Amino acid sequence: MPDLLIELFSEEIPARMQAKAAADLRKLVTDGLVDAGLTYAGAAAFSTPRRLTLTIDGLLAESPTLREERRGPKVGAPDKAIEGFLRGAGVSRDDLEEREEKKGSFYYATVTTAGRPAAEIVADVLEKAIRTFPWPKSMRWGAGTLRWVRPLHRILCILVDEAGANVVPLDVDGIKADNLTEGHRFLSGDVFAVTSFDDYETRLKRQKVILNPEERAEAIWNDATNQCFAAGFEAVEDKGLLAEVAGLVEWPVVLMGEIGEDFLDLPPEVLQSSMKEHQKFFSVRNPKTGRIERFITVANTETADQGATILAGNQKVLAARLADAKFFWENDLRVAKSGDLSPWTDKLAAVTFHNKMGSVGDQVSRMAAMAEKLAPMVGADPALARQAAEVAKADLSSEMVYEFPDLQGLMGRYYAEAAGLPNAVAVAAEEHYSPLGPSDAVPTEAVSIAVALAEKLDKLTGFWAIGEKPTGSKDPFALRRAALGVIRIVLENGLRLHLDRLFDAQLLRHEIGMQPTQEAAALRDALLREVAQHGVFGSAVRAVIDQIEGDAPDWISAVTEHKPDLSDDLLSFVHDRLKVHLRDGGISHDVIEACLAMPGSDDLVLLVKRAESLAAFMATDDGTNLVQGFKRANNILSQAEEKDGVEYSYGGDPNFAEDPAETALFTALDTARAKIKPSMDSENFAAAMEAMAELRAPIDAFFEAVQVNAENEVVRRNRLNLLSSIREICSQVADLTRLEG
Amino acid sequence: MAASIDKPTCFQDIILRLQAYWASKGCTILQPYDMEVGAGTFHPATTLRALGSTPWAAAYVQPSRRPTDGRYGDSPNRWQHYYQFQVIIKPSPPDLQALYLGSLEAIGIDASMHDIRFVEDDWESPTLGAWGLGWEVWCDGMEVSQFTYFQQVGGHDCNPVSGELTYGLERLAMYVLGFDDGNAMPFNSPDAPIPLTYGDVFREAEAQYARWNFDVADTDILLQHFKDAEAECARILEQPADDPKTGRRIVMAQPAYDQCIKASHIFNLLDARGVISVTERQAYIGRVRTLAKMCADAFVQTEAGGYVA
Repeated sequence: MPDLLIELFSEEIPARMQAKAAADLRKLVTDGLVDAGLTYAGAAAFSTPRRLTLTIDGLLAESPTLREERRGPKVGAPDKAIEGFLRGAGVSRDDLEEREEKKGSFYYATVTTAGRPAAEIVADVLEKAIRTFPWPKSMRWGAGTLRWVRPLHRILCILVDEAGANVVPLDVDGIKADNLTEGHRFLSGDVFAVTSFDDYETRLKRQKVILNPEERAEAIWNDATNQCFAAGFEAVEDKGLLAEVAGLVEWPVVLMGEIGEDFLDLPPEVLQSSMKEHQKFFSVRNPKTGRIERFITVANTETADQGATILAGNQKVLAARLADAKFFWENDLRVAKSGDLSPWTDKLAAVTFHNKMGSVGDQVSRMAAMAEKLAPMVGADPALARQAAEVAKADLSSEMVYEFPDLQGLMGRYYAEAAGLPNAVAVAAEEHYSPLGPSDAVPTEAVSIAVALAEKLDKLTGFWAIGEKPTGSKDPFALRRAALGVIRIVLENGLRLHLDRLFDAQLLRHEIGMQPTQEAAALRDALLREVAQHGVFGSAVRAVIDQIEGDAPDWISAVTEHKPDLSDDLLSFVHDRLKVHLRDGGISHDVIEACLAMPGSDDLVLLVKRAESLAAFMATDDGTNLVQGFKRANNILSQAEEKDGVEYSYGGDPNFAEDPAETALFTALDTARAKIKPSMDSENFAAAMEAMAELRAPIDAFFEAVQVNAENEVVRRNRLNLLSSIREICSQVADLTRLEG
Repeated sequence: MAASIDKPTCFQDIILRLQAYWASKGCTILQPYDMEVGAGTFHPATTLRALGSTPWAAAYVQPSRRPTDGRYGDSPNRWQHYYQFQVIIKPSPPDLQALYLGSLEAIGIDASMHDIRFVEDDWESPTLGAWGLGWEVWCDGMEVSQFTYFQQVGGHDCNPVSGELTYGLERLAMYVLGFDDGNAMPFNSPDAPIPLTYGDVFREAEAQYARWNFDVADTDILLQHFKDAEAECARILEQPADDPKTGRRIVMAQPAYDQCIKASHIFNLLDARGVISVTERQAYIGRVRTLAKMCADAFVQTEAGGYVA
């Protein structure tokens, strides 16, 4: 069985694309081979900056011969039909066989497809893979039309068996497959021929190319930690950077350099960001001082001076960059240390947030209003929450964040500290963007929570108000992430909030907008405070409106005529994200649906409590008892309600009970009610459901002994009303009709 | 070994060597375009010649202006007026990377002593409606050139594809000559009877331009000039292809493109004066791009652009 070796040799492939490209090559080629009938024993793919390599072993030497029987037209059909069949099957009339069937006699042909040699199939499959390769971005070059990530120079493609290696004949837009490759751009000599994968990998290493990216990464990390250890330092681990750097070199050479005394006082994040983002350096910490004092750079070449020139050059570039950073840091500190951040916050009025939502300054004032309202609900001081929101985005005007945008928030904290602002305010400046992803930490300080929630609620309601909801895979403003952020902040901090009211309040704030006078703004704020606390349709809102002296401003109609469509829609968007979040936590969708159908579903903590209790309860025998008991009662009840066209909800009268089992059920229901009430009041859903499950036995006994549809209509109605009590009692935790199975 | 490579001695030596090298590789050595531009790419020898199928190979120095980079001559590495060296070859030859590495050797960068890397960097010019894929070339961690395979210019697919190399001459020279302060590096030979540094040549003018760019330029006049250039560009291109006087077909792509260059530079000046808001910025860039596209449309109607009568 032959082995196959493929190398696609090109100009430098972007590091971030290499791993996926190797995997894609493997998938495209192996899928193609298998589809054509060529099975194989194993396959592995590798990448370097200049090559994608695929090795496949134990490939079939040729695809198997296929025999297929085809049914043709009826015997005696027009010649045209028969000739057409013959053409399609590739056989002659003599090869046809006639067979009797129920509906008459039919022609049959046996079609044999001969196996094809592996080389032919490989050539087809590889050409197709090259022409349809899923690069994130590809290009043309020279006068050709072929597309690749960067100009493609060579195709190495050989099949190797006991007799030796054979080049697979293939020509893609003038690039002919061969058995040739080349080594390191600067450290190796001429093009050379290879005879097998082992030979290829060994020769490459001799020509200063490590083929396997994992081996390169390991070599880099080993060497880096060894050099650091020898000098009494420690390298700061960064797996993403390591993978990227391994994709920038074929022959890694690790060099350690010094940052320079002048720059050691910069915030460590600034050092790390400058070194990582721009120079791809690893940070090296001095364990004695805890500071980042050195760096590791990875060169792609060996030199006669052991990298001294390379290191000096890198050090010089870093010094120039850090000199800039230091300049920005010192300028910014001068502003911050004045204690007054208003030169920065004022500037935000000139920065567009979104052309339909005004400036970042507008965003900040909306956030501040929301944070202040949220503060009492999350245990924060309202004045502090407002102050924190007002300076949370001040750092966007700083020189440092202008140069290093990924330091936003973090610099905000440094500058708020330098300005002597309360610690909670400084921390919130950093944390109000959190959580940025599903695994990012959630803020836990009360003030940070208020500002982080305000930021996300403002964003969600704002984009909802202008009709920019995410669709399909498009979510340019990262609203799904914002919704998940709200969910995680609420759940992980156990916050009891009425999201619906908060949505309405902030939607109205977007709608009403900035107010020209202080008086109007005060009225707006008073109204929205009531909306956030009591809902837009509450009497509290009415009361504020009634107290307006003189003519009410035009925008009052926005409040009085407010429709809940948008906030409902936004809530169901949040519920959708919550479903995904809970499903990831192992709670099935029908359990979630059953709980979503209950009132108060905008209180996510309550909702999740219900769902978790129900999911856990459904896994027990009592869970089955509860559902079976409920369903038995509910089915009969629903049928009767449909037939009679009424809803039975009265509850029944024990005085009309005829059978002891019926009386017993009345008693059991009373006992259950008494037990369930305090459990529900304390949101102990498990205890409530246990009490419901105890009803199974009396329910079953009732159905054994009693015919619900009694002839006496009074007795029948009383029994149906009795069943309605079961439904009412059992539906307090969740809508059990939505459970499957 | 490093010692075996002959090192350049001054800024102009690097320019002369690059010109000699690319001349020896068959490029036409052009002179700078006689207008204010933001980068060497704006030279019609690149922007317009990258269009159409006619083969082309040129190299030139292009003085370039970025008003916002002005530092009154005080910065060691930023000037509002600086030089780019530009190479453009159409179709891009298969050994363009090797040719480029040869040019580094010609200016004294010995690949056996340095770490030279091609790091992903996709180039895009929103004002020219142009983009390409390629790299920034690193020498010991410092970006020394931009290497691009043009895919589109002025909204037209490049076919064949041009290979474009851009060297930032000041930064490159500072590295090769070993100067941290660009103003201190020698412009002509330090042994010349009258040795001049880069600062001797430019420092005073840098301060003058910084003052004018940032505080003095009359924004009303500039705004009017922008509109004028825009209008003139459109008017030129509205003319019929056939010249009534000579009876010849003369599509005036390049005079129109001059107006596009003018508009682009005026926009940069307005930007430096701080009178363009964030939202307006995009609109101005869009207006220049519209002009660039119109000029590209016109150029492909000329013989150089591949028009066949």
